[in-house]
Amino acid sequence: MNTAPADVADLRPRRQILDRIFRGSTLGAGALILIVLALITYTITNKSLPVVRSEGVKFFTDRHWVPANGVFGALSFIYGTAVTALIAVAISVPVSIGIALFTTQVAPTWLKKWLVSLTDLVAVVPSVVFGLWGIIFLAPKLVGFYKMVSGWFHGWPVLGDIFGKASAGRTFMTAGLILSVMITPIITSIAREVIETCPQTDRDGALALGATRWEMITGAVLPHSMGGIVGAIMLGLGRAMGETIAVALVIGSSPTITANLFSSGDSLPSVIAFQWGEATGIKRSALIAMGLTLFILTIIVNLSATAVVGRATRRVQGA
Amino acid sequence: MAVAVAPLPAQSTSLAADLAGISGRRRTKNYVMTSLMAGAVLVVGFVLILVLVTIGVKGWSIVSGAFPEWFSKDIQLAPRRPGPGMKAAIVGTCIITFTATLIAVPLGISGAIYLNEYGRTRLFARILRFLANVMAGVPSIVMGLFIYVFWVVPRGVDGLNGFSGALALACLMLPIVVRSSEEMLRLVPQNLRDASYALGGSTSRTTLRVVLPKAAPGIISGCLLAIARAAGETAPLIFTIGAAKATNWSVFGGTNTTLSMQIYGNAKESFVTAQQRAWGAALTLIALAFLFTVCARLLSARLARTR
Repeated sequence: MNTAPADVADLRPRRQILDRIFRGSTLGAGALILIVLALITYTITNKSLPVVRSEGVKFFTDRHWVPANGVFGALSFIYGTAVTALIAVAISVPVSIGIALFTTQVAPTWLKKWLVSLTDLVAVVPSVVFGLWGIIFLAPKLVGFYKMVSGWFHGWPVLGDIFGKASAGRTFMTAGLILSVMITPIITSIAREVIETCPQTDRDGALALGATRWEMITGAVLPHSMGGIVGAIMLGLGRAMGETIAVALVIGSSPTITANLFSSGDSLPSVIAFQWGEATGIKRSALIAMGLTLFILTIIVNLSATAVVGRATRRVQGA
Repeated sequence: MAVAVAPLPAQSTSLAADLAGISGRRRTKNYVMTSLMAGAVLVVGFVLILVLVTIGVKGWSIVSGAFPEWFSKDIQLAPRRPGPGMKAAIVGTCIITFTATLIAVPLGISGAIYLNEYGRTRLFARILRFLANVMAGVPSIVMGLFIYVFWVVPRGVDGLNGFSGALALACLMLPIVVRSSEEMLRLVPQNLRDASYALGGSTSRTTLRVVLPKAAPGIISGCLLAIARAAGETAPLIFTIGAAKATNWSVFGGTNTTLSMQIYGNAKESFVTAQQRAWGAALTLIALAFLFTVCARLLSARLARTR
């Protein structure tokens, strides 16, 4: 009995040291995120320097990519990344918001669970599997469809250019379609979470005023969730821009800048993956510089998305 | 009680009367928009089923047509020649994903413990939380380039091995594990911690003995989802694991291959035999990924029950 207080006293310093060690190691693990991000920025920038030095700003503004002659212009790849990501977002946004609204506002409780699982399942399918499906199953079937659409708009002022001559299945459009499927779960799940924060009282109020369900959605739910939905869309855009393998398989891998969505093209991540094996020296540096470009672009998009979502949630909480 | 129940029938008749009073155009619009929402669900459901059925049918014919050899033989050297065998890729996927898990999961959970148990609202913790979001958005191909430049290049040809690939996958998993684990730690009620402190427990003891066990099911299911994602990744492996067709059980010695790399490589080929191999590998990979997702689901269900 007498020894008990002494024991506790003896234990205390050891315990404190253990506690310090534990705290320090968790802090170290957390700090790893900072370290890795700093290392990514440093190493990739460092390896991009040779091509940036030799090409200068031309690297970003030149559309010609002829590695054999030492001409490295990334513009057509940047263009392809933007075009495919925008197609994907344009297709995916109405579908995702539709699913999110159906899940939260229309579906009975028992169905909700299944609808959430449905979008989660899409997210589980690996991107390379979508790529395989796109290149062997989807792309050949789309050629006929592209030809039909291009026939409809032949000779029209703007649409005739956008839906121009179609000859292949591996195009900007195919890449955009595959990407739209892949980003749907991301946009849907964030939009769903944001929409669910809409207060029941707002919805009840709209219904009590005699609104139909759709009027309740446009009058109460959507204005409330608009900020969050915009953020969700931008996160989807960021994901679409960085997606590699699925795009590499279905985009056709020929750097082009054209308004024609039915033309083969190329994108930043796709060209890095496709040409890496045969690349040496300055070409490798050029490919890494494209990775850096992609890194910066996705960070800008994701940060804006985080800011938009953050502001939206703050406003909602403040209200 | 009775007062609350009584108005119900009256309400339902008045609701019907209201609906009859709504103008045809508004009602039609409501109907059309609801149908469009349901249509969006059906479109995605249709695409998912189409993808899964295509892979199931095409993959099954090759996997079952070569049943034991598919899992026991190495990969055919010439893409155009028929011949089963995906053992090298199955082994590669398993050991590389496992190694990545060994790296990312302990680090990620520790990081989450720092954020939720120590850092909380401190500036450094807020910065780390922000950076975890940034890191989660880094494209997987950029992670691959990073590990190539940072880890593979200094080691030369020896750098192309399973471990380099696992490092790249771990970098992708880390922010996902940190974010999902922190979410789960945050759900642990504060009074459990307070009770442990009152009994004289230190923060480390409280975290290890009280908080972590309580949050474990949720953390595990988050980790399994991250593992399922990593197992299907291809882009970061292009730069880091080299190419192999024979089974390599070692992560450190020599090049390796994975199911995802085999799908990518074979999908690019124009030979039907190679494409069949890709379908078979896709079925195998999806089966693995779904297995993990189902485990995650069961665990979160258990979590929901214990609550």
